[in-house]
Amino acid sequence: MSRITLILLQILVAVVSIAIWYVLTTYPVFGKMVLPPFFFSNPLDVANQIVAWFVSGVIWKHLWVTLIEALLAFVIGSTGGVLVGFWFARQPRTAAVFDPYVKMVNALPRVVLAPIFTLWLGLGIWSKVALGVTLVFFIVFFNVYQGVKEVSPTVLANARMLGMNERQLMRHVYWPSALSWMFSSLHTSVGFAVVGAVVGEYLGSAAGLGYLIQQAEGVFDVAGVFAGMFVLAAFVIVIDMLVSVVERRLLVWRPVAETRA
Amino acid sequence: MAASASDNAQQKTGAAAIALDQVSVAFRLAGGGVYTAVERASLNVADGEFVSIVGPTGCGKSTLLNVAAGLLAPAAGRADIFGVPLGGLNRQAGYLFQADALFPWKTALENVAIGLETAGIPASEARPRAQDWLKRVGLGSFGDRYPHMLSGGQRKRVGLAQVLIRDPKILLMDEPFGPLDAQTRQIMGNLLLDLWSADRKAVLFVTHDLEEAIALSDRVVIMSAGPAARIIGDWTVKLTRPRDIAEVKLDQAFHALHREIWQSLKAEVIKGYEQTEGG
Repeated sequence: MSRITLILLQILVAVVSIAIWYVLTTYPVFGKMVLPPFFFSNPLDVANQIVAWFVSGVIWKHLWVTLIEALLAFVIGSTGGVLVGFWFARQPRTAAVFDPYVKMVNALPRVVLAPIFTLWLGLGIWSKVALGVTLVFFIVFFNVYQGVKEVSPTVLANARMLGMNERQLMRHVYWPSALSWMFSSLHTSVGFAVVGAVVGEYLGSAAGLGYLIQQAEGVFDVAGVFAGMFVLAAFVIVIDMLVSVVERRLLVWRPVAETRA
Repeated sequence: MAASASDNAQQKTGAAAIALDQVSVAFRLAGGGVYTAVERASLNVADGEFVSIVGPTGCGKSTLLNVAAGLLAPAAGRADIFGVPLGGLNRQAGYLFQADALFPWKTALENVAIGLETAGIPASEARPRAQDWLKRVGLGSFGDRYPHMLSGGQRKRVGLAQVLIRDPKILLMDEPFGPLDAQTRQIMGNLLLDLWSADRKAVLFVTHDLEEAIALSDRVVIMSAGPAARIIGDWTVKLTRPRDIAEVKLDQAFHALHREIWQSLKAEVIKGYEQTEGG
């Protein structure tokens, strides 16, 4: 399938879905509306809402807040994950002691932490950052831990025979290996940083995409809810594309994996 | 003419590059019990000598090599390097591994230069020397490639340069050309002999390929099938140097020696197969 055909088909899916949505919310079938507009809105209203947001400029403030929250959550969460992952991998005894607690905290659904963070950190951005951090930290932590643990024994023996001391092993072997594992989970961890921010906003805040959706829902403005979801989806796709670019730059040494046809 | 005692402490002149004396290696098994891989093996490699160890698969050839490298401590016996007992890693040796051992996140050039950089030589000096070595192994224009972009044979060439750039006194090689196809093996063998003849290092070369061993070496040592593998034979190869791997195999003397060694190796190979295949 050529690139152009592929893109045309992808657009076709969107057009057909939106057309079905439009028809079913606008024209009654056998005298009955299949998708009542009160619950499903309709594409025109949603599009109008999105345009209105961008024209008036209110959306930028909310996008900006969500972006900052996600970014902070990502940076803080991955820094912590890298440090602790490294530390545990090099100190098996410490890792063994903390193992049940790490598993316990990781098993906890993070949403239940949101009220606690709101109590501790208030309604501002930091309670959302904290929620994102708890999601990002564990993904990065487990990947770095694995990356350090699973350095090929042959590469390690080779490094030793080439005269590397502990510090050089860290720099030339463990660190690049851990980083490559971390970057392989970049899409997931960046995605979770956004999830943390939006869920946090949804549960209580004064700004952000989650706040926007929550506000619309509060007044049964279904068009507003859908519009918020579309903006959020577009936002995530743009971020994901940026991550792909970064990934390609940083992991040039990796064999190209056929992830996308 | 009292020889100074201080000489003995550092490096005995005339001492063998590698002297393994009654070395035994045992591994603790996961389910309890002990597996003896090598039993009382003694082996000398003189300075500048090319010695191959040949034996059936899984006989503990690599184990013996790891003892000489200091990667593995023997359960009994001793290992001397130039007359000095080996404690810890063998700093005088370069090791070419069977499996891929290049750093996948470094380019070919960086991979070769790293051995110098670990020794404290600044990158500005190490890089040109690494480039020079890449040229010597025939990869002058491949410096910016990452290992996954190179073929198996090219990766071995980079590995060879990575080890030789540090100018080790001893070269340990663990079936380095094992994964390569027959043609590439021959080319790599000739490259190795070329580089080796420039400044003869002591070489301990492990292989399961008797032809390769005879074509390359000054001496061929045969190990029995494991467990508790022993050294059961030691032949001197009296073929003239410089050799060409392909041509030397047509030599009468080569065939005579091959037949002679194969007679004693055959029984061990069959024994080895029965143990691994037949359970």
